[in-house]
Amino acid sequence: MLKVKNLTVKFPSRFGDITAIEDVAMSIASGEIHGLVGESGAGKSTVGAAIIGLLQAPGFVADGQMTLADTDLRNLTAVEAHNMRGKRISMIFQDPQTSLNPLMRVEDQLIETIQAHEDISSKDARARAVEILEEIGIQNASERIKAYPHQFSGGMRQRVVIALALSTNPEVIIADEPTTALDVAVQSQVLDLIKELATNRKIGFMLITHDIGVIAQVADRVSVMRYGKVLESGTTAQVLGDPQHPYTQALLDSVPPLDRKIDRFRVPEEESNPSQKDVGNHAERWLLEGVMQENVGLKVENLRVEFPGVRTSLWQKPDSFTALHDISFDVKPGSILGLVGESGSGKSTLAKAITGLVNPTAGHMALGAETLPPGKLRTRIHPSRQIVQMIFQDPYSSLNPRHRISAILSEPLWLYGLVNDGGERRELARAMLDLVGMAPEDLDKYPHQFSGGQRQRIAVARALLARPRFLICDEPTSALDVSIQAEMLNLLKDLHAKFGLTILFISHNLAVVRQMSDDMVVLRNGRIEEFGRAQNVYQNPKSEYTRELLELTPVLPTTWATK
Amino acid sequence: MTYFILKRLIQSVFVMIAVAFLAFSLFRFVGDPITQMTGVETSIEDQERLREELGLNDPFVMQFARFTGDMLQGDFGYSYRTRQPVGEMISSRIPATLELGIVALFISLLVGIPTGVFTALRPRGFATQTILMTTLVGVSIPTFVIGIIFIFLFGVQLGWLPTFGRGGTVQIGGWESSLFTIDGWRALLLPAITLGLYQLTLTMRLVRAEMMEVLRSDYIRFGMARGVPMRSLYFKHALANTLVPVITIIGLQFGGVIAFSIVTESVFQWPGMGLLFLESIRFVDIPVMGVYLVVIAFFFVLVNLIVDLLYVAIDPRLRVKDTS
Amino acid sequence: MIAFIKRYEGLWLFTRSPAAIIAAIVALLSIMGAAFAPLIVSVNPYDLASFSLMDGLLPPMWEEFGISKFPLGTDDQGRDMVSSILYGARLSLIIGLSAMTIATVLGVGLGLAAGYYGGRFDMIVMRIADIQLALPAILTSLLIDGIARGILPSEIQQDLRVAVLTLAIALSLWVNFARTARASTFVQMQKEYVQAAIIMGQRPIRVMFVHILPNILGPLLVIMTVDLASAILLEATLSFLGIGLPADSPSLGTLIRIGMQFMLSGEWWILWIPTLFLVALVVSINILGDFLRDVFNPRLR
Repeated sequence: MLKVKNLTVKFPSRFGDITAIEDVAMSIASGEIHGLVGESGAGKSTVGAAIIGLLQAPGFVADGQMTLADTDLRNLTAVEAHNMRGKRISMIFQDPQTSLNPLMRVEDQLIETIQAHEDISSKDARARAVEILEEIGIQNASERIKAYPHQFSGGMRQRVVIALALSTNPEVIIADEPTTALDVAVQSQVLDLIKELATNRKIGFMLITHDIGVIAQVADRVSVMRYGKVLESGTTAQVLGDPQHPYTQALLDSVPPLDRKIDRFRVPEEESNPSQKDVGNHAERWLLEGVMQENVGLKVENLRVEFPGVRTSLWQKPDSFTALHDISFDVKPGSILGLVGESGSGKSTLAKAITGLVNPTAGHMALGAETLPPGKLRTRIHPSRQIVQMIFQDPYSSLNPRHRISAILSEPLWLYGLVNDGGERRELARAMLDLVGMAPEDLDKYPHQFSGGQRQRIAVARALLARPRFLICDEPTSALDVSIQAEMLNLLKDLHAKFGLTILFISHNLAVVRQMSDDMVVLRNGRIEEFGRAQNVYQNPKSEYTRELLELTPVLPTTWATK
Repeated sequence: MTYFILKRLIQSVFVMIAVAFLAFSLFRFVGDPITQMTGVETSIEDQERLREELGLNDPFVMQFARFTGDMLQGDFGYSYRTRQPVGEMISSRIPATLELGIVALFISLLVGIPTGVFTALRPRGFATQTILMTTLVGVSIPTFVIGIIFIFLFGVQLGWLPTFGRGGTVQIGGWESSLFTIDGWRALLLPAITLGLYQLTLTMRLVRAEMMEVLRSDYIRFGMARGVPMRSLYFKHALANTLVPVITIIGLQFGGVIAFSIVTESVFQWPGMGLLFLESIRFVDIPVMGVYLVVIAFFFVLVNLIVDLLYVAIDPRLRVKDTS
Repeated sequence: MIAFIKRYEGLWLFTRSPAAIIAAIVALLSIMGAAFAPLIVSVNPYDLASFSLMDGLLPPMWEEFGISKFPLGTDDQGRDMVSSILYGARLSLIIGLSAMTIATVLGVGLGLAAGYYGGRFDMIVMRIADIQLALPAILTSLLIDGIARGILPSEIQQDLRVAVLTLAIALSLWVNFARTARASTFVQMQKEYVQAAIIMGQRPIRVMFVHILPNILGPLLVIMTVDLASAILLEATLSFLGIGLPADSPSLGTLIRIGMQFMLSGEWWILWIPTLFLVALVVSINILGDFLRDVFNPRLR
């Protein structure tokens, strides 16, 4: 039904034309879900945008054919193209919050869309809108339709977005990362919905995503993209079960399995730098000196964090919001504790409480044998400032864009009085860069000259240069592509093994946590749902919530996993 | 939401009190009221007696309280220069300034907003580039120069419009208005355009910037993907979202209009508050200066309060609570 | 060479924009002219002995009665127009730049601190800013001027004129910096590199000035140019109103005021030449400011 051949899109720039995608071919039959998978920058969104004619200026289609049934999509006038959008092809985006006009009621947005393509009265249009909302699972639709977008939760909002796309009865819907911004349980529901729509309404879906698990769950066919080209294409079972292209194989190798813990991920040689043995050794020896002290554990007891509420009424005192209720757990010295929680579970608040950014309302924390002073009471020069280091989620904001790497890395060295000579600090920094798999020459560059994965490595180097004993990793790989993630997890495992670091590993991704942790804690709405050895929790979860999470996480079926 | 209104009201009152305090400090510490009011012939004892009578030896706080109390009752003291009650002096000038200001604001919005929208929708057109260039120059020319140019062109060379004064006025109750006579409008036109020009360029640029930002947002893109007509997307979705932040600027704009009216009134000899204030500065007529301050602040605070309330009325995110 | 220009996006855009180039040239020439005024013109128009009434009201040299000694004519006192506008511009620029610097330091400092510490301190700073905003720039300047007039004894008033004017203008401009710096600081506080620095135990001053400040410079630079233009305009306006500088050491504003008297009598150059110069100067600064804004806002390209 939708056929694409030799599609090439270019973007003019002051350096000449940049090719975004080249020679892309794919086809989608009616009722079929075609997954387009690839890492960031692969060009997947560009394919979708080109098909529907919404390429960001100044991009243009340089070559290729696109046809929908017998309509040539490439040679349409602006008016024809606009008419076709919605009526025959529609598109939905990643973030439901920004996809809806915040000032308009949902019913108005739906009615307007319906009336744009059909001659129909407002009353009839509203009736149809309510029908669609009910079909996609919004209860009490005739009431809720009067609401504004911000009054819906994330998952519900995405449903509204889907309803809007459906309301025009298109033949094809292009879904660009539709579930990436959603929690696991909600993601699963939305994916099921998409599957239903494809089957019942015979709509063809192009599902663009970077998550292979999503593809495995709902896609019929899949195309793998990298650097603007389609590398492999076929039915899902074919491509994921028996990949032909080395990149696809590497990609699948990087996906963390949920059902078992593997020692190290298999990664292709290209990305990481072969280590020059002598340079790195210097850093290694220096770090090992710090290990002379014994391993340090963290003990958290009855921690409670409350935030004052926002006043909305003069006579009523606002309710305070409790982010964490009575949290108690142990991180055994030298082990890795995985902390799993969805958004809103309180995991970031917990990290902030431990590092002193947030003042706990009650409770007690101890690092090793010493009490950890809470929040405001912790002075700047308290030893825990050095011993506890943190690696953050967003590699694009965790390094100061205006500082050179050398400045960023030297900070912990002079701040904690570890190395007092400028020249020595530089040497140590270079050695540390080598240890984390970067080139020593990178020392004088700026953060923007590096990719996300490389920046995370630099962040790790910075943390290590404080000679920490306890490392908090707050979603360190959530912003990284899956193959880069695999390398980063390998690196962390190596460092943990060599230097005996105690690690608190926080993530929402169950599979990743499975790979990293010895023990595990599941956090939900500020309370601990489950706590125990990772292996036990994954194989025999005691809490209903944990069980659900495990079931709903999209995974590669074990029958397909490469050996 | 009532809480929000209350909070804003209290803030406004707070600002007014602060301004009153400033005005009062002006009275007390700049110059000596007694020497201003009396001549050299008055004896020292008489001066002392006067001081006592007027309560100038009382503690600071008490004087401030009295000052505020007097103000709230409408007693604004007497001008050093003319010996007339300041209240009368100012109130007789208020209509002139307010009318000028409101018409200027009107002009700036009426022309500024559509122009801003136009330049946002056609960013690369020739017309847009010309308009942008013109506004750039417009922002750089001081208001008084514009006034002079207008006077020169329309008043002197072409002789179409009068160059000073208000023209024919009509009394409505206590308000002397020039809006009801052709003559009045002719006199109002040049000063109003002069005054409004600067605000116009600001509005236009703001609307343009906001609109271009909004046109880039996901919901517009999604609307296009659904086939919603472009016209509707531009003028219903985009425009509404653009105007919301623009409204908040209107409050500030009003302040600007009142401020620049000082200059415009000076150039066109328009008998408004601004001209009065200017003279009071020249003669260091403290009472007039102080009261002018308070009056201006009052208008400003009032307008901002209204704008805040309008903002809440328009943006549903502030009105309706998140029930997810 | 071309490769070098292409590397720095800002430079590249600059060479693409003829307006920016012209503006930069004009601004540079004006500033140079004003800065080196004493070297360019041999006569100091502020020196009462250097001119005589006999030379008064001479037109520019291309008109009848004009002489080459006074290329752009003279004013009613016999002062050479060229020297007057150069010296006048000099004064305007000095006041403008000083006022802008004071406003920047004050505003950015307070804004940074308000954004970093939040809470009470932030509230206090914002309240002060709110009150200041209730009184528009001209008003504040006039007020301060009036207060100075009332407080200072008349002997030193003349000497302190320039200082008072600078202070008055600076105090009306700082709020803009403070608000922008504060808003930008809030945004940066959410970024992880700031959180990392705080967690590590860095001193607050260091976090504010070494970490945050370099990252918020973009919008501040734009405001600096806009405010420089505003400062110059403000000074001109105040001088025009007769409140600014005295008649014997005129800035561009005063010259225009003097010139207005002659608007109807035919000595057009006394009015229009300083006007033209003032407008050209401010327009160039504004064009540069606009250009900077586009450079720092990558999305608008």
